Amino acid sequence: MAKFRKKKSGGQQAINTASLPDIVFMLLFFFMVSTTMKETDLKVTVRPAQATEIEKLERKELATFIYVGVPAKSFQSLYGSEPRIQLNDQFATVDDIQSYIAQARDAMKESDQPKMITSIKADKECSMGIITDIKQALRKAAALKIIYSANEMAK
Amino acid sequence: MAKREIPEVNAGSMADIAFLLLIFFLVTTTMDSDTGLARLLPPIQDAPVDDKTPPIKERNVFTVLVNSNDQLLVEGKPMRMERLTEATKEFIENPRNAENLPEKKATDVQFFGTVEVGKGVISLQNDRGTTYQTYLMVQNELQRAYTELRQDLAKKRFKKDYLDLDKDEQSAIREVYPQRISEAEPKNIGK
Repeated sequence: MAKFRKKKSGGQQAINTASLPDIVFMLLFFFMVSTTMKETDLKVTVRPAQATEIEKLERKELATFIYVGVPAKSFQSLYGSEPRIQLNDQFATVDDIQSYIAQARDAMKESDQPKMITSIKADKECSMGIITDIKQALRKAAALKIIYSANEMAK
Repeated sequence: MAKREIPEVNAGSMADIAFLLLIFFLVTTTMDSDTGLARLLPPIQDAPVDDKTPPIKERNVFTVLVNSNDQLLVEGKPMRMERLTEATKEFIENPRNAENLPEKKATDVQFFGTVEVGKGVISLQNDRGTTYQTYLMVQNELQRAYTELRQDLAKKRFKKDYLDLDKDEQSAIREVYPQRISEAEPKNIGK
């Protein structure tokens, strides 16, 4: 009466991998959409400050960045360990800011120029002296909209 | 004529190609979204200010000083950072119409009718030695005072969050609690 035959044992069945490309593509699109290419190499160390009342920088193409912080280890022999300003890819002084802003403004579409916003990314430990100098320079360059870069404060 | 069979394209390497792209984007991606405190700087003044404008009354000014040791001096008295928001809110609102807090001016505002709007101005001064984090915290606390007041009003009047209101309603609330933070010309204090 034992008509049931044991199923053929041994030999694992191959897993169907036909949907693997779909899964990978899904991941790929996620990263493609969420990605922002790194535009500048930071030569100064910026540990972001923290705040609670932060706003999001809505349109990145309107923003010009000014980095402030202590030069990275490999640059300290050349530039010292006092906070320095970095514009684009190089160290700069406060006097360079005006021409930097003018350049950034020229590169923008004319309709966007009044909406230009300057993001100050400064290390949280650096002193206000250098920031005040930057602010004065920005006022002289008529770049009045600024955003003090900060991260959401951990509760 | 017999139909010619179309040979199937081998899609086995599709996954490899997709993986390659995926890894490229994984490596180059930086997910930081830019956030921060937005501020508007005052335009630079070339000409000396003419002295005909009447000076702002003492009671309408809320002075916040930050020295190089990151200590606060608010209206002449030392204050802890945690208390700043409360003190600022009281200054802006002046709930009991106190003599030493800002005057009010009756103003017509859309949706609200005639309301008493405070004339207070917050004056912020910092030393060159103040750390950036402290300065930002002060700005943050001042901003929070305004945000909370506006939020309360939105809840009371429209029964909604301030951020969910439409443009006109938001600007009406902003008129009731106008944000006036002025930063003094830089100078060295509290060395």
